[in-house]
Amino acid sequence: MNLYELTIHEASDLLRKGKISSKELTRSVLDRIDSVEKEVGAYITVAAESAMEQADDADSEISKGNITPLTGIPLGIKDLICTKGLRTTCASRVLDNFVPPYDAFVIKKLKKAGAVIVGKTNMDEFAMGSSTENSGMKVTHNPWDLSCIPGGSSGGSAAAVAADMCLGSLGSDTGGSIRQPASHCGVVGMKPTYGRVSRFGLVAFASSLDQIGPVTKDVMDCGILMNAVSGYDPEDSTSVPEDVPDYTSFCREGLSGVTVGIPVEYHKAEGLDKDVFAAVKNGISVLEDLGAVCVEVSLPRTKYAVATYYVIAPSEASSNLARYDGVKYGFRDKEKKELIDMYQSTRSKGFGPEVQRRIILGTYSLSAGYYDAYYKKATQVRTLIMEDFKNAFKTCDVILSPVAPTPAFKTGEKTQDPLTMYLSDIFTIPANLAGITGMSVPCGFSAAGLPIGMQLMGSHFNEGILLKTAYNFEQATDFHKRKAEI
Amino acid sequence: MKITKDEVVHVAKLARLDLDEKSIDRLAGQTGKILEYVDTLNSVDTKGVLPTSHAIFLNNAFREDNVKESLDRDKALANAPEKENGNFIVPKVINS
Repeated sequence: MNLYELTIHEASDLLRKGKISSKELTRSVLDRIDSVEKEVGAYITVAAESAMEQADDADSEISKGNITPLTGIPLGIKDLICTKGLRTTCASRVLDNFVPPYDAFVIKKLKKAGAVIVGKTNMDEFAMGSSTENSGMKVTHNPWDLSCIPGGSSGGSAAAVAADMCLGSLGSDTGGSIRQPASHCGVVGMKPTYGRVSRFGLVAFASSLDQIGPVTKDVMDCGILMNAVSGYDPEDSTSVPEDVPDYTSFCREGLSGVTVGIPVEYHKAEGLDKDVFAAVKNGISVLEDLGAVCVEVSLPRTKYAVATYYVIAPSEASSNLARYDGVKYGFRDKEKKELIDMYQSTRSKGFGPEVQRRIILGTYSLSAGYYDAYYKKATQVRTLIMEDFKNAFKTCDVILSPVAPTPAFKTGEKTQDPLTMYLSDIFTIPANLAGITGMSVPCGFSAAGLPIGMQLMGSHFNEGILLKTAYNFEQATDFHKRKAEI
Repeated sequence: MKITKDEVVHVAKLARLDLDEKSIDRLAGQTGKILEYVDTLNSVDTKGVLPTSHAIFLNNAFREDNVKESLDRDKALANAPEKENGNFIVPKVINS
């Protein structure tokens, strides 16, 4: 077996027993990146040199007996999480040359735990997209079928994990950007509860929806990364001072007594692919066999989630992206000698088409005369969507649904029609609006051999029950063991 | 059309974007289609419903107003496209 194929917990066991070194492991991952990056295109920046230094440091810590479950483990980081001294572009030309002077909270935590950062993964520009095709840097291909998209916006993170180009990674999820690519690439992805993980050092897209979370090869690894990155941070005023449990401990519990809610609306949803439907249906029966009780629940207002999201997210984005003006960092059009001209030219040349579209949409929704009709209305519907979840969680512990209506689609298939692209997030967006936690777990394959994930959602700060359900499901199935042939 | 070309031009100006004729056409069409979809929200009765801007209940996060370490000047300026004598350089703001 090649070292790069290991999961985090398998590699950590070998490191602890002294059977491998972090340098060997990291070298193996870097060689793997060298051999498949050309086909997959998962990374914007590979930090081979600093990764080997970090691996060396990890080895000397291990030799002193200082080892955490992440010591010496090579990870990939989505390129919108600030890494001190390591270029962070958000896959945007406007930040092409940005080198952060500080680490994000989650990076500080990972470094403290001894993890090795191998590089920065590709994404849709400023995390706006569902296919990673909006990257201003490169195209990422799905390791299971290179003619298909990996999902997005954390497409590089998911493809890197699926193609063994890192042992695990961090992504961010504003409307499904961790769960949807995880589903399309056959890996595990979790969006934590809003406020569970600090956003300090996460480049902001839509601040009331963004959340950082793990993308991993299996559920245990997801728990390990959640343990490392969760927790209160005074630097993020929306971070919540809620105790962090040992998330891996939930993997030791059985499923009896767990009630799984199946939303009636979702399973009748228009445009739901028949292979996805069959895989999710099979997932439900596996959970029932494991002792879970499945009940019907109703989320009647979630059908308005996509419309709500496409007012709220662009509105927040239009405000957050005002900072890219060519003054403090990033690209500037130096040809322009007048201030307003410089702003306009910098922003028009620096931002890609999808980002400009969302800035226009958001600015319009917030502009005089339209604010009440769009922004205020959307925030009211958001309240009703939250109520739906509150009611549903009165009768169940976990809500189960598809992650995406179809398996990964072909590259270029939806780029001409933004609305069709937006609708691919129909099952994932509601969790962001409600601030609840959601997770994607591999649950089958399409007839064409593409991975399919099912979504588990839990109420605020109930990541544990998702990990418990997902772990039991994973142990009873072998979807996570199949590898993309690349 | 849901949003006119003039409105796109106006909004682009507010957002400091400089759009060519082709982009204005494209954006008017695409944004219009998205806004038509967003109009499905009008069928939801929201009378008396409080708006949500934040999904998790939180009180204001107060802290003591103590001076803490911050980025030093060189680091803060390190990514500036143009700088001089410890300052950011911007094009002339006021014409004489």
